[in-house]
Amino acid sequence: MSEAHSIHGPVAHQFDDLQQQREADELGMWTFLCTEILFFGGVFLAYTLYRLRDEAGFADASGTMNLWLGAVNTAVLLCSSLTVALAVHAGETSRRTMLVVCLVLTMILGAGFLGIKGYEYYEKYEEHHMPLFGLPFIYEGQASPATAEMFFDLYFVMTGIHAIHMIIGMGVFTLLLVKALRGGLLGDYSTPVHIAGLYWHFVDIVWVFLFPFLYLIGARH
Amino acid sequence: MTSVAVERQAQPPDAPPKRNYLNAGYTVRSWLFTTDHKRIGLLYLLSITFFFVIGGVAATVVRLDLMTPEGDLVQTETYNKLFTAHGVIMVFFFLVPSIPATLGNFLVPLMVGARDLAFPKINLMSWYVYTCGGLLTLYALAAGGVDTGWTFYAPYSSTYSNTHVMATAVGVFIVGFSSIMTGLNFIVTIHKMRAPGLTWFRLPLFIWSIYATSLIQILGTPVVAIALFLVACERLLGLGIFDPRLGGDPILFQHLFWFYSHPAVYIMILPGMGVVTEIIPCFCRKKIFGYTFIGFSSFAIAVFGFLVWGHHMFVSGQSVYAGMVFSMLSYLVAIPSAVKVFNWTASLYKGSITFETPMLYALGFVGLFTMGGLTGLFVAALGVNVHVHDTYFVIAHFHYIMVGGMVMAYLGGIHFWWPKISGRMYPEAWARFSAILIFVGFNLTFFPQYVLGYLGMPRRYHVYPEEFQVLNVMSSAGASILAVGYLFPLTYLLWSLRYGPYAPPNPWRATGLEWTTASPPPTENFASAPVVTDEPYDYPKFDAEWRDASFSEELAATD
Amino acid sequence: MNEPRHHGQASHAPAHFSVGALVANFVALMVLLAATVAVAEIDLGRGNFIAATAIAATKTTLIMVVFMNLRYSKPLARLVACAGFFWLAIMFALSFSDYGSRGWLPNADAAAPVENRYSADGNS
Repeated sequence: MSEAHSIHGPVAHQFDDLQQQREADELGMWTFLCTEILFFGGVFLAYTLYRLRDEAGFADASGTMNLWLGAVNTAVLLCSSLTVALAVHAGETSRRTMLVVCLVLTMILGAGFLGIKGYEYYEKYEEHHMPLFGLPFIYEGQASPATAEMFFDLYFVMTGIHAIHMIIGMGVFTLLLVKALRGGLLGDYSTPVHIAGLYWHFVDIVWVFLFPFLYLIGARH
Repeated sequence: MTSVAVERQAQPPDAPPKRNYLNAGYTVRSWLFTTDHKRIGLLYLLSITFFFVIGGVAATVVRLDLMTPEGDLVQTETYNKLFTAHGVIMVFFFLVPSIPATLGNFLVPLMVGARDLAFPKINLMSWYVYTCGGLLTLYALAAGGVDTGWTFYAPYSSTYSNTHVMATAVGVFIVGFSSIMTGLNFIVTIHKMRAPGLTWFRLPLFIWSIYATSLIQILGTPVVAIALFLVACERLLGLGIFDPRLGGDPILFQHLFWFYSHPAVYIMILPGMGVVTEIIPCFCRKKIFGYTFIGFSSFAIAVFGFLVWGHHMFVSGQSVYAGMVFSMLSYLVAIPSAVKVFNWTASLYKGSITFETPMLYALGFVGLFTMGGLTGLFVAALGVNVHVHDTYFVIAHFHYIMVGGMVMAYLGGIHFWWPKISGRMYPEAWARFSAILIFVGFNLTFFPQYVLGYLGMPRRYHVYPEEFQVLNVMSSAGASILAVGYLFPLTYLLWSLRYGPYAPPNPWRATGLEWTTASPPPTENFASAPVVTDEPYDYPKFDAEWRDASFSEELAATD
Repeated sequence: MNEPRHHGQASHAPAHFSVGALVANFVALMVLLAATVAVAEIDLGRGNFIAATAIAATKTTLIMVVFMNLRYSKPLARLVACAGFFWLAIMFALSFSDYGSRGWLPNADAAAPVENRYSADGNS
């Protein structure tokens, strides 16, 4: 029960043993992810309602999206999910080099995703499809400009909060990388990788829905 | 809770325990960087009292202004900002964190027999997040205030209002995270940290109600967060998610807002119900009647609470069909609420009732909550609602729940566990006097508002026809009594910290793990890890053991 | 779930998938990605939306069960994961009790020609 316990062992003072701690950590993260589901759920509800109001308009606006950048980004994110899963595996089986490599790869892939996303935002800016900060919004497709503007509003909100979550995830993985480089996060100490991994996979799942809803409903056939 | 532990627990000691959580450190640092759930509970207690005072001052000015039909005291714009400040502060910075973050923080690990919450650092962080959100909101108030009402309805909040909507909305957004962190911590703690032998059905019912509250906190709060985030985006980035010009729907904001804010009403009342469920069996020396019913009714309230949000929107432009659905579903909530009231009443039946201060508050709660709940059925009825919508009838209804219910329960709980928190007894006579004063003041404040609302006085109006003046003056007079009533506990509880007699570990002879440790408890809560063998609220058995213990003591003395 | 906390002996590595299974799962996800892009190129009308959502749901399930290790998690973790989606369903269902009945959605008759609404001569 001493404070020293938490410094010298993997089990924090409030827990009795490692199993209890790990289960508590895991349950805590899943509970937090419930919160996240409902956080994103609010915008998904808005998206669904506005899209059903004018399906053809949304399809038309979606047709202007750069499908290939979206698909590549999805692939990048799925790759990062794999590297995270491998990092968790490496941590649990105490393979330090593998853990470090996987964490570094995850961060490179995450940064790649954000880079491509940033380039897409720049494209939207160039095309005047960025209805932010009072920038001119010029839409020349067949959808009504109002619907198109709503589509891009939703696009920026949804991908924006997704990107914020990515950035937070990158921060978490930076901390984990520092710990891993110092020889931590192996074996009994690997739970943080698992917990951070759950978060990263969840952010990935959000994108799995964002990609078809934003890029693939276009009338490009 | 063995007979050895029962022995002499009620004797007032001459000195506090040598080592306890309060004297574990005296520096500011030892408080601001603590991860001890008990100290964090006290940090919250200080902060929410601070916000209660500010919210109370705003309410006082509003009531003073309503003394005259013309509203002579403040400008109309100022009046709008005052009732908004009152609502925002009382809802988000007092009621939502009140019992969970103070008593819950203090008691949950003690009641489940754990050394701390599952995530002590997140617990501390939640207080800092709360403080940041609070400071931002205070800044917004100091910089000129906000006039949207606590509900921030779009498009007024997103497009038209020229006040500090942005800062306030972000403040509320931030404070939401502290609520989520608290709820998450409780859920994990209750699942994973219970002492050996402490099964779900041996838990104090306070824990059940805190668990149900936490469910709402983690499932509802993110939705109001995204709603406010979208409003902030509209103001800051120029997006138009709720903008009808782009095909957006302002009513969607109300849907998202009330998806949280209706269940949030149960965040505010469920912990109060939990406190009352602890107090009543203790002061009638009986087993609680219908343990499982009370436990599951907490869950039912939490779940049904998510199905009824549209009853705030009967006249908002929502479809009539949805109105009927939500009206019908709203009646569902009455069932578990009534189950609780019946069980409390049945627990009192043929009990040996004594009227210590916590019991006075608990009984006040039962009566006032019943009135608030029954008038809730009026406003849940689609037809009646159209008549009384946005009138003082609604104001009176939810103040009977929030103030008559939650604040009474909160004060009851503070008195009940004050010996455990501070290690001192409060002055009983003063406390009883102020409990009665608060009850009288409360009813005088809010009962006339039922009448006013039924006669047609709308809420949030600065001026009113002259025929409403008598009732308004009655209400304002009641509010001043209420204000004085609140000053008493503030004073004598502070006084007792220095001059109150030392509290024994179990001054009320109550069951529950928190009473088996010292008052105040040591930092690690229990000298040795507790093992639970008793059924909950077994007061008859407890009293029998107590008598046996005193009897053998007397025998030993005569030998 | 109903048991109080354990006092068993500490740590053995938690159960998890093998590296092979993780890689296989990744390959399956990439195949589904290709499938969702391919299906979007074919005009199925309402079917496009259903296919895209179904594929996204399948990918979600794969990620949750394998990558997030729900397969080897405690039942409680699975319950919590489901609770989030259940509450999301409540939010959608009751919101639609309003939007479905107040003329927000274009009705069935108007929806039929909606595909071509913009194809004739621009904005309506």
